[in-house]
Amino acid sequence: MSGQMEAIEYIARIRNNYAKIGYKPYQWVYNHDLPPWQPFRKPLSDCRVGLIASGGIYVTGQVAFHFKDDTSFRVIPTDVNIADLRTAHFAYDQKDARRDPNVVFPIDTLRRLVREGIIGSLTEHAFTFMGGIYSSRRVRDELAPLLTECLLAEQVDVALLVPV
Amino acid sequence: MASALDVIRAVKPPRTAFLDFPLGHTTGKPHDPELQREILIQALDASNRMTEPGSITTLDFCWSEADEWKKTAILEGDLRKPRNDTPQYQTEEDRTRAEANNPRSQKPQAELTCPRKMYHI
Repeated sequence: MSGQMEAIEYIARIRNNYAKIGYKPYQWVYNHDLPPWQPFRKPLSDCRVGLIASGGIYVTGQVAFHFKDDTSFRVIPTDVNIADLRTAHFAYDQKDARRDPNVVFPIDTLRRLVREGIIGSLTEHAFTFMGGIYSSRRVRDELAPLLTECLLAEQVDVALLVPV
Repeated sequence: MASALDVIRAVKPPRTAFLDFPLGHTTGKPHDPELQREILIQALDASNRMTEPGSITTLDFCWSEADEWKKTAILEGDLRKPRNDTPQYQTEEDRTRAEANNPRSQKPQAELTCPRKMYHI
């Protein structure tokens, strides 16, 4: 059942908080056109699912994300040991993600759904980045095309995007 | 997936499953695999049923009965940390491992290239 209060209006809240400390208003992206649309071509149980997550997840041994418009991404094998996952992000409380990365990087859950036959398979790799990037232009022109290329190279059928 | 409804309405992905949980819990609560499984199943099921681009389905889960967390989230100040371009490791051990794998003289190429492209597949 849903709660009684409406969903939080993050854009207004963040805008107000930054205005209070003297920052110019951030130019949020508003997409007015309808997005592209691809109907499912086959049942989910035959689909290869590719995970992309923006919660700043990395594997110990990889370079962690920095917080100044970091447009890099990490490549994480989908058989990764959950105990080897870490997070580096500035815009959310990471306490629970560090206790159980599945709350922002649902890799155990996806592996379970494959075992149960609910989804067909996972791509060999998942891809993560640190979503606190203020330059939407750099995300659009640099990061997103690379991530698209990566998922297509892994012959993905369905991309699951998990933001924070 | 999404946990910020106003942001997702502005961005308009093809299909969205909205989970009204606090930020940092887009796919569930920690160490609750049954809930995490149910959330993902409902999200995938919803994505299969949506037929219009830009559709948003609100998943039927509640973080807590009283919505107290929303009152706190609205009243809290900005929790964001100062930003610089130094990698922010979760532990010092991570830093040591990463620096051993990525000497400063080299860029971390693995992070910038698709794996199949690297191996010419």
